[in-house]
Amino acid sequence: MTVDTAAQPDVAAPRRHHRRRRVNKQNRVGWAFVAPFAIVFIALLVLPLFYALYLSLFQTRLIGGTNFVLFDNYIKAFTDENFLDGIWFVIAFSAVLIPLQMIVSLGVALILDAVVTRFARFSRLMIFLPYAIPAVIGALMWGFLYSKSFGPMAEIFGAFGMAGPDFLSRELIFFGLLNIVTWQWAGYYMIIIYAALQGIDPTLYEAARIDGASGWQINLRIKIPLIAPALVLILVFALIGTLQFFNEPQILRYLASGAIPSDFTPNMYAYQQAFALANYNYGSAISFALGAVVFVCVYIFMFITRKRGSFLA
Amino acid sequence: MTTLSASRRSTNRRKHLPLQVLLGFLLVYFLVPFWWVIVNSSKDAAGLFGGTSSLWFTSDIDYWGNLVDLFTYQNGIYARWLLNSALYAFVGGIGATILAVTAGYGFAKFRFRGRNFSFAVLLGSVMVPTTALVIPTFILFSQLGLTNTIWAVILPTLLNPFGVYLMHIYTREAVPDELLDAARVDGAGEMRTFLQVSLPLMRPAIVTVLLLSVVASWNNYFLPLAMLSDNRLFPVTVGIGMWQGIASANNAGGTSLWSVIILGSLVSVIPLVIAFLTLQKYWQGGLSIGSLK
Repeated sequence: MTVDTAAQPDVAAPRRHHRRRRVNKQNRVGWAFVAPFAIVFIALLVLPLFYALYLSLFQTRLIGGTNFVLFDNYIKAFTDENFLDGIWFVIAFSAVLIPLQMIVSLGVALILDAVVTRFARFSRLMIFLPYAIPAVIGALMWGFLYSKSFGPMAEIFGAFGMAGPDFLSRELIFFGLLNIVTWQWAGYYMIIIYAALQGIDPTLYEAARIDGASGWQINLRIKIPLIAPALVLILVFALIGTLQFFNEPQILRYLASGAIPSDFTPNMYAYQQAFALANYNYGSAISFALGAVVFVCVYIFMFITRKRGSFLA
Repeated sequence: MTTLSASRRSTNRRKHLPLQVLLGFLLVYFLVPFWWVIVNSSKDAAGLFGGTSSLWFTSDIDYWGNLVDLFTYQNGIYARWLLNSALYAFVGGIGATILAVTAGYGFAKFRFRGRNFSFAVLLGSVMVPTTALVIPTFILFSQLGLTNTIWAVILPTLLNPFGVYLMHIYTREAVPDELLDAARVDGAGEMRTFLQVSLPLMRPAIVTVLLLSVVASWNNYFLPLAMLSDNRLFPVTVGIGMWQGIASANNAGGTSLWSVIILGSLVSVIPLVIAFLTLQKYWQGGLSIGSLK
């Protein structure tokens, strides 16, 4: 747009002058629109991030005050069993959760794409609904359902002649949390996939059917490849979300006595260090390390999937 | 035409019966927590712990009594939490949306110097986990004397890089450059072009970003939990979380608190559920913006 409209069959000098004025104007107006956000971005993202990095290079002791220790806090973090256990937990949790969520949300979206009834439309809305519930309240609701003193687990399993599982116990808390997060987010992911499916040209299905493709083949060979960008987007959301897991375990801590320690996830550990123990330097180091780990993981993932039309392409 | 589509619909219904049954089971799963909360917020402590079925009502249904308890407990602090949540969600959400709309428009429609670099930084920041920012922001704010004020919750909410990204990709397609040039040729200034020509075209994305920002700040927990110590400033999420901690800590004395917590959970989700049900034609289309590209 810049070049073509400015190009007149004229002598070179005024044209160049004209173009420069346009470029200057684009600079000025463009920055005017971006500036308010840029200020907030610098004040609330760049500054805290560098401040965290700065703080993480110091150690404060009761005796001896604050000292510059370079990477000691990071060395401490990456040899700290509590922090490493938390990291392993979120990695194991993501490894199970993300495929599970993808399967559930993709499955539901494919069903809703195939079935066009009023009941299906109603279901779509209701399955999305948990997204509107704060994570804290969602965790609380499931905490009630899991509860031995007033939950229905014993009842439901009793009807089949089984003993109710205790999802708040140390052994099953992994699955208890898995269920809560899947319940909370599957509907949101489903809507994103469903919208992508609606964007596919239906004549493709007709053509495939004429060529003798079954419903399954249409799903696997046409629908899923065409919605790959939506799937990548969801994977990124899920990855960023699970690695910074905090709300649900923090809320269930009180209900699940003993099953969730205060260093259960890296985020909870950072919170404990900073707010319960007033160890801001170490808390900052954990926060920064966690942020860096998430950033690198997501970046590697984006790099691997960039060919498939990722959302950053 | 109508008979054809009607007959196709009925074959569709018959053919997909197994899928619909499966959908029915999924529906039960997704709705069970809501059902439990609706049923059990009608009960008092005796009904809750009485050993009767927790998936069905007891003989005395006392929503009103529980509501009175909820809104009078600790001098009616629950109503205050709801108002706080609404304040944080709307001021933060609207602010974040305004910033995202202007920045997204700037990135999409102007070739200014430093644009590519700034946009790359923006995209990178989408991947920075927001919770990693909570502790350093807290320390920064505490030095400025901003912690334990409403600004400690509202200001960080204004930051929404993903919103900017959504606005950018939507605006790039929805607002043609030719139209902007035509407006400029007609003598409209940049501000007027933006307000009168571009904004109406950006409406679906604006509604989406607004909805996502409001929901994110309404649902926020970690940030206010870290920033606020005065419980009169709590949003409803932190407030109920605190009650829940108290009720769990003293098992015997906390039994009456549980019915307040259960009804409190139900009441706190009603505003967003209503918002989503009434605005569905906006968000259902809008959520696809990031995925279709």
